Amino acid sequence: MRHYWNLLARTSNLVIASVVTIGALAAAQPAAAQNTPLISGGIGFFTITNGGNTTYIPIVTPLIAAPLGSHLLVESKATIADSFSPKGGGQSGYDSSWFLGLTYLQLDYLATPHVTVVGGEFLTPFGTYNERLSPIWIGNFADAPLIFPLGTMGTGASVGGMLRGSAVSNSKFSFDYAAYFSAASTNEQFNSQRSTGGRAGVYFPEKRLELGMSYGRVLQGTHSNFIGADLWWEPADTGFKLRSEYAHGAHSQGYWLETDYRLSRFGGPDSPLGRLEPVFRWQQTFRNSPDSSDGLPAADTNRVDAGLDYHLPHEVRINTSYSRQISSTGDRNIWQTGIIYRFLFPTWKGK
Amino acid sequence: MMNHRKRLAIGLLCIAALPLLSQDTNSSAKPPASAQSAKNSKPQSPQGGDGERKFQQNCSRCHQAPEGFPSHISGTIVRHMRVRASLSQQDERDILRFLNP
Repeated sequence: MRHYWNLLARTSNLVIASVVTIGALAAAQPAAAQNTPLISGGIGFFTITNGGNTTYIPIVTPLIAAPLGSHLLVESKATIADSFSPKGGGQSGYDSSWFLGLTYLQLDYLATPHVTVVGGEFLTPFGTYNERLSPIWIGNFADAPLIFPLGTMGTGASVGGMLRGSAVSNSKFSFDYAAYFSAASTNEQFNSQRSTGGRAGVYFPEKRLELGMSYGRVLQGTHSNFIGADLWWEPADTGFKLRSEYAHGAHSQGYWLETDYRLSRFGGPDSPLGRLEPVFRWQQTFRNSPDSSDGLPAADTNRVDAGLDYHLPHEVRINTSYSRQISSTGDRNIWQTGIIYRFLFPTWKGK
Repeated sequence: MMNHRKRLAIGLLCIAALPLLSQDTNSSAKPPASAQSAKNSKPQSPQGGDGERKFQQNCSRCHQAPEGFPSHISGTIVRHMRVRASLSQQDERDILRFLNP
């Protein structure tokens, strides 16, 4: 959760102002029949037991998406969370840490059939985890991979502009891209580094195979490069998924491999057994030279995460996992549980 | 460095072998749950053909489809997905047609 919390250093006024502004803008538009603004996201409760200390985390991550006309979309996601951790130093009781802030706030302009222009604060397009798997109702594990800070510039968010889209898409393959530039910002709400980068990926639908490459460069302080690669394979007619990423920074590198297998072959996806989904993640990080700021462990680290998710009806999921982290700085056992409800509804009733 | 490569190779081999154990003929392609149960949003062949394929290729890879949603937000959902999943305009239209045949 350490990296995740880095995304949350925002405050309430801007969230409220943003939601009100988006709602007002959307309300001023004559919405097409299918373009009513929506609110989506997840609400969850997690427990993380690390080294014998259990932290309790209730969290809500609402997202609002509001089309404006036929070419614009305003979307914003916020995070509201609290964290109850045991007091240290032999004291009894818990300390509480409150977080509320924006994860992103962006305006999307659908410029051409293959180009979308994005402005504002957006998730940094490096690898796949940040943009695809970080929502609490999507991710199989409560915490981000260890290599998450590499290439995502620490915060996972950038402030500036981005071009993205699908350059080619047909039944044989598709090629998508994202390229961005971010300004430096120390604003508490929009914290980002001056940087540039992007990702390009090719997907082969018949093989259900996707390969991607990412690049990022920090353009402030000591300039440095990040390189990433990702591979997803989700063979057809199976419940199996393989997702993986590799990232390399100036002082460290690492990778993660995640697999899950929904047991829907046993009576279908809605059967008691078919709702089960064993999940597994293997991670390694390698420290090439000391750097206390890149977010990776100070020493080479191996970690295995094994879990069991259960998909209840009505968009509710229970996640459980056990992790063993092995490093020269100390081995750790980490137990995580969570219950997550995914919501999706219109901002107002349609005609 | 050799140790790192060795461990990486072993890890990759183990993961690559997993699908051999997981052939699942019962989970063959069927309309996603979202479209099946979306209020007023049931797919109909042959209109849904391309859209269904694109839905599975672009949306279902990352997350479970929602159990249902009102049809008057389907355009917003797909536009959001167009940006998030880098869909082309044609992909967006096909998926929207799949959700609202």
